[in-house]
Amino acid sequence: MIKLEGVSKTYASGAHPALQDISLDIEKGEFVFLVGSSGSGKSTLLRMMLKEERPTTGTIYVAGKDLNKLQSWKLPALRRGIGTVFQDFRLLPNKTVEQNIAFALEVIGRPRAHVKKVVPEVIELVGLEGKEKRYPDELAGGEQQRVAVARAFVNRPPLLLADEPTGNLDPTTAVGIMKLLDRINRTGTTVVMATHDSNIVDQMRKRVIQLHHGEMVRDQARGVYGYLT
Amino acid sequence: MRMGFVAEEIRVGFRRNFTMTIAVIVTIAASLALFGAGLMVRAQVSTMKDYWYDKVQLSIFLCGDNSQVPSCSGGAVTPAQRTAIKADLLAQAPLVEAVFYESKKQAYQRFVKQFANSAIVQNVSASALPESFRVKLSDPSQYSVIQSQFAGRPGVEQVQDQRKLLDKFFKLLSGLQTVALGIALAMLLVTVLLVVNTMRVAAFSRRREIGIMRLVGASNWYVRLPFIAEAAVSAFFGATLAGGVLVAIKHFGIDQRLAPEYQFTTFIGWNALWQIIPVVYIVGIGIAVASSALSLRRYLRV
Ligand SMILES: Nc1ncnc2c1ncn2[C@@H]1O[C@H](COP(=O)(O)OP(=O)(O)OP(=O)(O)O)[C@@H](O)[C@H]1O
Ligand SMILES: [Mg+2]
Repeated sequence: MIKLEGVSKTYASGAHPALQDISLDIEKGEFVFLVGSSGSGKSTLLRMMLKEERPTTGTIYVAGKDLNKLQSWKLPALRRGIGTVFQDFRLLPNKTVEQNIAFALEVIGRPRAHVKKVVPEVIELVGLEGKEKRYPDELAGGEQQRVAVARAFVNRPPLLLADEPTGNLDPTTAVGIMKLLDRINRTGTTVVMATHDSNIVDQMRKRVIQLHHGEMVRDQARGVYGYLT
Repeated sequence: MRMGFVAEEIRVGFRRNFTMTIAVIVTIAASLALFGAGLMVRAQVSTMKDYWYDKVQLSIFLCGDNSQVPSCSGGAVTPAQRTAIKADLLAQAPLVEAVFYESKKQAYQRFVKQFANSAIVQNVSASALPESFRVKLSDPSQYSVIQSQFAGRPGVEQVQDQRKLLDKFFKLLSGLQTVALGIALAMLLVTVLLVVNTMRVAAFSRRREIGIMRLVGASNWYVRLPFIAEAAVSAFFGATLAGGVLVAIKHFGIDQRLAPEYQFTTFIGWNALWQIIPVVYIVGIGIAVASSALSLRRYLRV
């Protein structure tokens, strides 16, 4: 699903490289935690998988495509196959729950009938039945993140990238979101999730990749969080 | 493409940016009205050229009682001289297509009609205007052939190329046209800047939406289209206003004021306007679309 070969990234304004010589392989259907202290390069790695950033050196393959060689007009097609969830939810405040989810389909030109059919399905999947007409500011943080997950998943992408999706949530709510991501992963979707949440990582027992100052220091199959923050 | 969705985005965009949109519409309307007016002046010049060049090309003024030039030393033209001149003119066919005689009395009547609203009429007596032959040439540039043959001949006071006189007037008009088009150009530049700025503000106010659109893989056209369509719709309203102004100029300015006052010449007809207004629409919408597409490029780079 994802393959990195000798990927390094130095931001134009940064003195130190944000990522150094990362090589890794993520199979279809895997669930991968990306851990590491603040500034270790987790978000940078996820952004490069979306081609929001380009590596300074090295090659990234996503869904078999070399991102360095991907023509810019093909980028939308790549991103249609990747769902994204962020710590800050990124919902549109002037749209309701169902409108926020439908937006992701409308802007890629999906027919109205299709939107009408799949939006209720995904609302049910994330457990937000009865809250379709609420606006984001009428929802709790955990519920907002469910909307964001629903929006990321409504197009059934084969890959889901989540950057600290539980970062703004209390532990119980965070577990709920985690269960949701796990359920999505069980449908066959590859999930890569950056997190600081040691409880979650320890409970889930999934593959853990640890970064430290931009270097990959650990890649463990059924790992734990593994260090103190 | 989901047109219903795009239309909804445009409607929301208009409401969000209401004052800016009004400013854009008014600026586009003003610059397009000026631009259209410039085109109208141009059409007027060519209409008048057609009209006048067709009518008069050459005038041979005949000696009157008070003519001062040497060829008039024998006093006013005699009937025999007049007949001979006409015969010689007609002998120049096919270069000479037609010859019209205008008596002193006819010249005065035409003069009174032309300057009906001017005080000048009271200072000119019926006998002051010379009688003349109006000559139509098949090839107006061959003017000098007639000039050399008839100038200085007894009974002929002056051979005048009317086109030369008219050309001065037309130069004045085309100067006017240049000024109108120049101002229109400056205004259109202002319009471009305003549209660019409006689009930036609109893109900034929708940066969340744009960010999400790009993240979920909306194509560039999907992101751009609402903005470009918004600019095009503004330009459409602006062009419609400008078209209204041009119609008003034609109806109230030309048909109701100028035409009755200056009956000696023709003015552009409605068909000229029906040619200019589509140009106004195309230029207006074209400029708005181009400048909005340009201003959004920075926001859509990936
Ligand atoms: N746009 C940018 N321009 C310049 N430097 C950047 C940029 N984004 C990140 N960096 C730098 O790159 C390094 C890695 O940042 P990154 O955001 O990937 O870390 P992170 O692991 O996601 O941290 P956190 O856990 O706090 O989210 C940091 O040193 C950061 O300052
Ligand atoms: Mg981060």
